[in-house]
Amino acid sequence: MDVELRGITKRFGSVVANDGVNLTIRGGEVLGLLGENGAGKSTMMNILSGLYSPDEGEILIDGKPVVFQGPGDGIEAGIGMVHQHFMLVPVFTVAENVVLGVEPTGRLGYLDLKRARAQVDEINQLYGLHVPADTLIEDLPVGIQQRVEILKVLFRQADVLILDEPTAVLTPQEVEEFFGIVRSLKEAGKAIVFITHKLHEILEVSDRVSVMRQGRIVGEGDPKTLTEADLAEMMVGRPVSFTVDKTVAEPGRPMLEVSDLVVLRDNDEIAVDHLNMVVKSGEVVGIAGVQGNGQSALVEAITGLARAASGKIVFDGKDITHFSVRQRHSEGMAHIPEDRHKSGMVSSFTIAENMVLNSYYEKPYSKGMAIDWPTVHKTAAKYCVDFDVRTPSVFLPAGNLSGGNQQKMVVARELERQTKLVIASQPTRGLDVGSIEYIHSRLIEARDEGDGVLIVSSELDEIMGLSDRILVMFDGRIVAEFDNTGGKADRNAIGLAMAGATEGAAA
Amino acid sequence: MSDLSSINEQMRSLLARTARGRSEFEDLVVVPVFAVVVALIFGMLVMLATGVDIATIGKSFVALAKGSLGSVNALSETLTAAIPLVLAGLGLGLGFRAGLFNIGAEGQVLLGGTAAVIFGFTFHSLPFAVLMPLSLLAGAIVGGLYAAIAGALKAATGAHEVITTIMLNLISFKLLDYLLRQPYIQKEGRADPISKSVPDAAQLPRLLDWLDPNLRLHAGLFVMLAAVVLVWWILFRSKIGFAFRASGENPHAARYAGMKSGLVIVAAMGTAGALAGLAGASQVLGVLGRASPGFSADIGFDAIAVALLGRSHPLGILFAGILFGGLEAGGRQMQVDAGVSIDLIAIIQALIIVFIAAPLLVRAIFPWGFARKSKGGSEV
Ligand SMILES: Nc1ncnc2c1ncn2[C@@H]1O[C@H](COP(=O)(O)OP(=O)(O)OP(=O)(O)O)[C@@H](O)[C@H]1O
Ligand SMILES: [Mg+2]
Repeated sequence: MDVELRGITKRFGSVVANDGVNLTIRGGEVLGLLGENGAGKSTMMNILSGLYSPDEGEILIDGKPVVFQGPGDGIEAGIGMVHQHFMLVPVFTVAENVVLGVEPTGRLGYLDLKRARAQVDEINQLYGLHVPADTLIEDLPVGIQQRVEILKVLFRQADVLILDEPTAVLTPQEVEEFFGIVRSLKEAGKAIVFITHKLHEILEVSDRVSVMRQGRIVGEGDPKTLTEADLAEMMVGRPVSFTVDKTVAEPGRPMLEVSDLVVLRDNDEIAVDHLNMVVKSGEVVGIAGVQGNGQSALVEAITGLARAASGKIVFDGKDITHFSVRQRHSEGMAHIPEDRHKSGMVSSFTIAENMVLNSYYEKPYSKGMAIDWPTVHKTAAKYCVDFDVRTPSVFLPAGNLSGGNQQKMVVARELERQTKLVIASQPTRGLDVGSIEYIHSRLIEARDEGDGVLIVSSELDEIMGLSDRILVMFDGRIVAEFDNTGGKADRNAIGLAMAGATEGAAA
Repeated sequence: MSDLSSINEQMRSLLARTARGRSEFEDLVVVPVFAVVVALIFGMLVMLATGVDIATIGKSFVALAKGSLGSVNALSETLTAAIPLVLAGLGLGLGFRAGLFNIGAEGQVLLGGTAAVIFGFTFHSLPFAVLMPLSLLAGAIVGGLYAAIAGALKAATGAHEVITTIMLNLISFKLLDYLLRQPYIQKEGRADPISKSVPDAAQLPRLLDWLDPNLRLHAGLFVMLAAVVLVWWILFRSKIGFAFRASGENPHAARYAGMKSGLVIVAAMGTAGALAGLAGASQVLGVLGRASPGFSADIGFDAIAVALLGRSHPLGILFAGILFGGLEAGGRQMQVDAGVSIDLIAIIQALIIVFIAAPLLVRAIFPWGFARKSKGGSEV
């Protein structure tokens, strides 16, 4: 099935999200869609899937114009979308989620779960999805949840699959498996639109690439003949540096000292196991590790979100083991949380409100019992300019921002304050190459001003590029430490340590 | 530097207030207005269905209008009925904003009102300027503390506030019965549960008795207006209100931002209860003059509807409360003039809530009142 978008324009108030876009999608082909944050990729795909209707332009399926009144019409026509933020019911099983809305029913209208499960298994088989049909969504890792979203779309017999930044939340291992699925879908003749900010992924799986900027398609090409640098320049309009520009670190006094720390999970399993580490002023420490080895629990304990079962956390000479989240924040700790949408922002709040979400109570925003809103608004506008958060106004709900701009908003809030320690989990998830460059430079700037910086990321490239020192976390402990001055750490050795192969430190 | 001026330019445009989105306007104004209209029409159909003839239906709606707006007395009755509804509704709306579904206003009204009465007759020798405000305050404090129990239970054990506040309502009914039979509280020489009267110095003065001594509108009107402003300030200007709203919209992010959920829950419940207690106090100090079993007359439940209709916004709640006050005043007139049961008013009120809760239904009935759904993306 071939789909053509012709002259699509979509406005949100004064923002022109799509500006006369033409795009063709063909069966049996993967179209890579690339573009800056806020370029209009998600908007265009929402139009294609019927969620939004365009202000101008038309959609043609196999040459015939169609009009969608809602996502129901899109899926009816065979176009299904997996969104940037998942839409699953956590307390339902996989099978229940998949059939939700199109439940197979028995003769008396009762829900025929057995048939649903059989159909789910059939699709599982066909495309090698390997999703357990009877598990509750909330018990599944993100990577599998995403496959459930894909399954949902396939169950509705979509011939066109739109995947909006599917790899942003996946571990490198999961990404490989995901590409396998994409290839088997392609072989089955499906048309696939794949949105990502990771250029090498585009080069790896797509057959054709389109680049968007400011609502328009600014370039098309063949991934076989293009390089990452070409793509980056097409996208941002200037050459982009992929290496982080930084001088040799000059570590000072210890900023964060974690000793013998134990953190338990909800089910009393040990997540962090007698862990010791130090982050000094003026250095960037990266924590590498396969997801699920206690990194999240460690970050939560340092930031005060989780309780330390035993052990001690010292921040710039002060024992903060029993401090609240807010106390640590006031002491000068910044935290960029892993999941911006869930933990970093309130979608219905304005951008200005989100910019002071955790510092509204302190100077200069606090005025007696009230908040000094004019000051908040001015600060928010300044943050937006500095971090290039693309929005027409700070009074719009943060939920209206594009995914990457939401991330920039959260990072701006954390980095613009006077801080002593920056803890960043996946700080550049969902960002375009230009923004990654900027945020990396800001993190290095924080370091050079004497902050301790702790980066937790499943992206080894990011860890290698930013860190002065790399710690590898495995099974709740730091199992190896690498000096990365001048990027000299051994990538293979890190990889081995991440897999738990070596014990002890290699320097 | 031109660079600096371009940054200034950018900041100025970021700070320009954008016009309220059309869909926000529809949600806040168009849906409630249509909901009321549809509910009135359905009320008419209900009357038809129960065999009331057209002439009587016409007469009842004339009476409804006359009884709520048609004379100084009607207006006075409308506002008098609105006062406790708005006060309690403000508390409930504030709770909704913080993500708390408080069903307990009825009990908080009862205990707050009773506390105001007891305080009033206990310190009857105090002068008006002291006694009246302190009696109101007593009502607010007791209402607030009673609601805070449900808040504390939720914060400490996770017990859901819907369940606990319903239980606390039941307890308050019995507690009131018990209290009203205590010799210190019960009116001398009475065998039935009824309290001593509020001394003159504790009463909210009538505002229009210079026009006609029967006009019941009292100074609680000013308490109500002050409360509207106060709740607006708390929600949209104060630090604690910011925490209330953040916790209501995304409790997870609120926790990450360092807000203490337990504190927010107890504070929001306490504030909500204080407003409900104030509603009870203004009712006994301004209208009833004493406490008796069930004196709250479902104010606490009707206020839930008021808060929903008012979209948990202080101004919306003010208008919704006045509307419900008008329905109540008009409903009494309707019963007298047309002989239609006052239950019809309850039906209309219930229908308003149904339509408010189902904006899609309202959109379907009045398609021309709304921008074409597909035009705006922001409602998705
Ligand atoms: N519902 C909405 N209301 C108002 N503006 C919106 C809405 N959705 C998107 N926009 C605006 O439209 C523009 C394009 O957004 P879109 O989400 O399509 O970007 P994107 O290319 O997907 O970016 P990202 O890579 O950051 O996800 C942005 O400026 C965004 O602020
Ligand atoms: Mg997007």
